[in-house]
Amino acid sequence: MLRLIMFRSLATLPVLAGVSLLTFLLVRLVPGDVVDALSAEEFDDPRAEAELRRLFGLDLPLHTQFLSWFGGLLVGDLGFSYRSRRPVLEEILDRFPLTLELTLAALLVSVAIAIPLGMLSAMRRNGAFDAGARVGSLLGLSIPNFWLGILLIGFFSVYLRWLPSGGSNAFALSWDHFQYLILPALTLGTSLAAETMRMSRATLLEVLAKDYVRTARAKGLSERLVVGRHALRNALIPVVTVIGIQAGALLGGTVVVEQVFSWAGLGSLVVRAITQRDYPLLQGLILFLTFFYIIVGLVVDVLYIVLDPRLRRRG
Amino acid sequence: MAPNRPSTVRMLLRDPIGVVGAAFVAIICAAALFAPWIAPHDPNRIHGRARLQGPNAMFPLGTDELGRDLFSRALYGAQVSLQVSLTVVAVAAIIGIAIGVVSGYFRGWVDAVAMRIMDVLFAFPTILLALAIVATLGTSIENLILALVIVYVPTFARIARGATLSVAEEPYVEAARSVGVGQFGILLRHILPNISAPVAVQVSISLAYAILVEASLSYLGLGVQPPDASWGSMLATGKLMVERSIWPSLVPGLFIVFTALGFNLLGDALRDTLDPRMRSALR
Repeated sequence: MLRLIMFRSLATLPVLAGVSLLTFLLVRLVPGDVVDALSAEEFDDPRAEAELRRLFGLDLPLHTQFLSWFGGLLVGDLGFSYRSRRPVLEEILDRFPLTLELTLAALLVSVAIAIPLGMLSAMRRNGAFDAGARVGSLLGLSIPNFWLGILLIGFFSVYLRWLPSGGSNAFALSWDHFQYLILPALTLGTSLAAETMRMSRATLLEVLAKDYVRTARAKGLSERLVVGRHALRNALIPVVTVIGIQAGALLGGTVVVEQVFSWAGLGSLVVRAITQRDYPLLQGLILFLTFFYIIVGLVVDVLYIVLDPRLRRRG
Repeated sequence: MAPNRPSTVRMLLRDPIGVVGAAFVAIICAAALFAPWIAPHDPNRIHGRARLQGPNAMFPLGTDELGRDLFSRALYGAQVSLQVSLTVVAVAAIIGIAIGVVSGYFRGWVDAVAMRIMDVLFAFPTILLALAIVATLGTSIENLILALVIVYVPTFARIARGATLSVAEEPYVEAARSVGVGQFGILLRHILPNISAPVAVQVSISLAYAILVEASLSYLGLGVQPPDASWGSMLATGKLMVERSIWPSLVPGLFIVFTALGFNLLGDALRDTLDPRMRSALR
């Protein structure tokens, strides 16, 4: 098992390196260079431009730039934001807790909706409930989450006046904090639920066709025990994988929803970096979120190896 | 392959989900195509005295904050959304299939290099990568399309490669090779037609997703520029007006859902029809 885990972990290293290289090159794709992009709108002074290029190290050959940037990366130095002049890593870590909180809340909403519905759907396969759930989940996959967010704001904030239409504050165990969390978490959670539901239905159906389920039924166990004790546990392993992958993807995918709800997490920081042309910040955010995504994928795979006895014995 | 193609269409039409999906897609395509004749107003014409109205006789779905007709704007927005998504998926599918088929058929170092590149592209969260590309290249429809193509190629490459790997082992490929059919002939005549099922399903699902991603990027101001209408940019201004009228938010969203749902229903029915393994396992 350890060898398998080691192997899987080592396999992510080239991907991490590739992601770093690509992220580095991406910012070099800016037409002209970063200084041109900045100066076009703010100042027009060739001496200052040359000074800036020297400051950012843009006058050095590309591979030297990459090596010094990559070297910084290894010790957690992502450079400085052009606008706030603060270290990029500091900016990111400041906002990370809010995004993490929103992500976890969204996953909770999604699981609470998806697993019961997926179970019912599988148990009443091809019935009216199943057909309804199939269309419902396809509908869920077709609704842009940020649009759902706008509608929720329209209903709960503008019409009912129950919840604030946006904003966020530091984490606290109080209504003052959670009132901001509810709508964005519902928005993201329901849009994830569609996929999780389809997955839990499919895996549960697969498990229900297994011999040990037939044995359990043949022994005369009630349907509730058969599904609850024997089928569900085995069906949940692949579902956990999907949820893990979603957690990673969510961290990158909350961009638009955070923007809709003015949630001060990493997503709205991405939008700020883009509109302010703050390239070091954008670069740092892409790297941070992508690395996180990859690491979550790795953790999920390792969990899978640990949870599945068949994989445990191998390797 | 040719003999079972009619039956695929017929089976698809026997599934009510497939019929509804195909109908939705046909309706929205017709709406986009005939927008100049259907739209009751010029989509950019400002009716200063009719701002933020609800649906009425003159404006069937109401007006936006400048008094422009929401129905007409949404119809023209359909042109943009469909153009972008169709172009993206077509280009990405062609490039992805070419990479996937060549990798899966020839294997070796070509395969290793191509797939490692795809792994790296896959490692980025989808929307984030697209956002980053448009943000650096500059905002324009062409760059938006380019960004989405880059994001989509790996999916098609992986699916085409996986299907090619299994098809290449089939006896009929072996037979073709032994009677002296060239590599290119085998790829074109024997491999490509037989990997079309999983690719077709992916095309349909990708179209649905491309509509959503395009809307997200346009919402953030990285797509179509004003005053031209796209569903995403309409939603961005709609959001600002949500305190005063829900219609500018409601209308473009409904068009997006209708279109994406059409492609998703079609894709779901296609999967059931084309993938007998899934059918026997799940139906």
